[in-house]
Amino acid sequence: MANRRDIETARKNRLEIVKAGLSRRELFKMGLLTTAGYLVPKSGLSAWATTGCSPGQCQLGCSPPIAPFLDPLYVPPVLPARPLTDPGFTHHPRQCPNNSINPTNGLPFEGRGQFNGVLRPGTDCFQFFDQFPPQQFFIQRLRANHHFRITSDKSIPDQTIWGFNLGGNDSPMFPGPTIVTHYQQPLLIRRFNELPPQAQNGGFGVPEASSHLHNFHSGSESDGGPCRYYFRGQYFDYFSTMQQAGFDSDHQPNGDINESASTLWYHDHRVDHTAENTYKGLVGFNCVFNQFDTGDEGTGFHLPSFPDFDVPLFLTDKLIDPATGLICFDTFGFDGLIGDVQLVNGKVQPFLEVQGRRYRFRVLDGGPSRFYELFLTDPNNLSQVIPFWVIANDGNLLPKPVQVTSFRVGPSERYDIMIDFKSLGRKFGTTVLNLENRLLQTDGRAPTNTILPAGQGTTCVQFRIGADVPDGSVDPATGPAFYQLPSTHVAPRVTRTFEFVRKNGQWQINGKGADCSFETGIRFTVQKNTSERWILRNSSGGWQHPIHIHLEEFQILKRNGVAPPRVEHSRKDVCRLGFNEEVEIFFRFRDFRGDWPMHCHNTVHEDHNMMLLWQVQDVGDTNPNP
Amino acid sequence: MSRMTRRSWLAAAGSASAVAGSASRLLAAKDPSNSPPRGFQHIPPRELIRRRHLPNVELMTQDGKRVYFYDDLVKDKIVVINFMYAHCEKLCPTMTANLVRVRKILHDRIGHDIFMYSITLKPEEDTSQVLKEYADMHGTGPGWLFLTGKPADIELLRRSLGFTTSDPSEDADKSTHIGMLRIGNEPMLRWSACPAEANTQWIATSILSEADFPLKGGSREGSTVTAGK
Repeated sequence: MANRRDIETARKNRLEIVKAGLSRRELFKMGLLTTAGYLVPKSGLSAWATTGCSPGQCQLGCSPPIAPFLDPLYVPPVLPARPLTDPGFTHHPRQCPNNSINPTNGLPFEGRGQFNGVLRPGTDCFQFFDQFPPQQFFIQRLRANHHFRITSDKSIPDQTIWGFNLGGNDSPMFPGPTIVTHYQQPLLIRRFNELPPQAQNGGFGVPEASSHLHNFHSGSESDGGPCRYYFRGQYFDYFSTMQQAGFDSDHQPNGDINESASTLWYHDHRVDHTAENTYKGLVGFNCVFNQFDTGDEGTGFHLPSFPDFDVPLFLTDKLIDPATGLICFDTFGFDGLIGDVQLVNGKVQPFLEVQGRRYRFRVLDGGPSRFYELFLTDPNNLSQVIPFWVIANDGNLLPKPVQVTSFRVGPSERYDIMIDFKSLGRKFGTTVLNLENRLLQTDGRAPTNTILPAGQGTTCVQFRIGADVPDGSVDPATGPAFYQLPSTHVAPRVTRTFEFVRKNGQWQINGKGADCSFETGIRFTVQKNTSERWILRNSSGGWQHPIHIHLEEFQILKRNGVAPPRVEHSRKDVCRLGFNEEVEIFFRFRDFRGDWPMHCHNTVHEDHNMMLLWQVQDVGDTNPNP
Repeated sequence: MSRMTRRSWLAAAGSASAVAGSASRLLAAKDPSNSPPRGFQHIPPRELIRRRHLPNVELMTQDGKRVYFYDDLVKDKIVVINFMYAHCEKLCPTMTANLVRVRKILHDRIGHDIFMYSITLKPEEDTSQVLKEYADMHGTGPGWLFLTGKPADIELLRRSLGFTTSDPSEDADKSTHIGMLRIGNEPMLRWSACPAEANTQWIATSILSEADFPLKGGSREGSTVTAGK
């Protein structure tokens, strides 16, 4: 395996070639270009392919090259609601789990009530079910799709993905259907595990699922945490009160409007196997609207209308086996997985034909391990510095839009951005803009500090700008105000410090790894309806960790002793810990009792134990280093 | 595409522009979605995992018996693999003691369908005899092999099983590689890992979770079954 220096040398060599402006003919003469048009796997040029790639070699530099911009951006359909008369609801949804035994497989019908696969009768009844009875019902079936296309290049074979479907007898998709929900409209989603048997996993993936709704304020029974997975042949009901945080504490009865979330995603969270299962395709967007963020640009904050001008972008990088042409995953790796085939919404580097007006894009780093620094690049004039607007961080609208020329997004972070194609097209005289990742990352541990020159990164999506059209959306340049940040001027009940370290070849938090034993796995207790200050510390150099905490959002008080940058002046659920960084965050823990995890969202680190469980109860502890 | 110049398309094309630009130029000559067949083959995924991660190297047990890693130790089995060396003061004794406790919890499975393998990182020092003394001293019991072999084979095995890190100096430190258990269910194409110093009940549960899904007895009401009898 190539080391970092080899990879860096190879990159510099490539840049030299670019700088020298060598033609294809010259490169051929020098023996540096293959007939397929790719640089030969020569030592020092393509560091990842010094000895060529053999079958099963699932690593950077070995994937077959696929031309970009062959396919239009795929936009997943919206998950339809279903009546309770749907055959999927033969067992009527209920507050406490349906743990009666299904005679066809000997398992409880419903997987809710199991903890790490063991039934704990009488547990995991829905909290606040009577207070907010569900008004809307959905179904999804987790299945395999053996004919999934990542490109229209016919020389690349059909792929097998595991994903979520629309709830009927349809094939699953990747990303899954977008779930669209509204605050104050409680709902229930039933998910059936219809994944294939284990031995038919195609090399990675386990058919036990836990479907986490990332960053919703959910009771632990509906959170889809790591230990609450359900088996093939079981279903699992997920209930959402659809109230903002604070609904049963400081902002009764419906919660704090300033705690509204908007861009969430749902993904598999099965302990020890989250990386392979999400990589396999068990992911999707969930957009939440309310009376201000309405999805209709004629109302509320006047944000671009969903779905025409409000588009989710799921960024993920894949590796493809050079022998089979099939997506592969290294289940033996610890550092993290970096791919060399860039997908957005399941297609290789797609294009999107946009109109001359403003758009909202919900950019999600779907991991498993890559960080992005995203720029807009004019391919005809690489020297242009092109501004756009960040309007939300981790799906939470900022107090006001922030103008940027790039933004950094780590695994599982979401940045909602607004791009005005009409004004940019005019100002820069271009009909094409590329959303380009210019952050160099060569292994799963962390990105480098290198920002590549414009045009030399990886274009994720190419925007092709069409005619100007009327635009009813708000102009971010006018400085519209969105939500206010809830006050952090509250004395925390306790300050807790967490060290994220690598020890003995694996990842730990405060010297310990994940443990789904119900009796011993829960590390500390937060007191319900109190505030806490947590210090997250990455004390060893060489890697970075995007830390995700379930149940409640936090605000960053200080990053390395000073106030965070403006785009992080926000409510968040993922905190990026850079090299040797220390971040101080503020929490309120409200409304629910139960247990939730904190973990690294580089899911390979997560699966290798960088996770802990904590709980909220009526009486908490004051352990400062749990 | 129609609104783009050819030049802009090339400039925009993907990562490492020299590479992608040239590639695009060639591909653009024809219809890129009709690029020629690439000679992909069907290889069963189990076979790919075997080729990449489970080399069939020859090893020797603590009893001096020659065995082949894939054919004799891994194929069709559920395995728990760790690396160690006999004269390891810091971590190995704790790890081994922890594994002895895990073995006790899983006693009715170890040697039947679940097998434990401890492979030395210092094959030059750890002969079969040394490993036998180490095993006897710790009271490891049947179904648990201690293995040595040619240094190059051991190194191949370590790398293939993922006991590596991309930081070269960290990788060279042998003590980095002894804190982890590789858990595999070979016929089921299912592999995971667990820290060797974790709570022993959790290690046992982790192993069983890769062996039985669902856990045997896990759906019984009031069951607290996590492992063994």
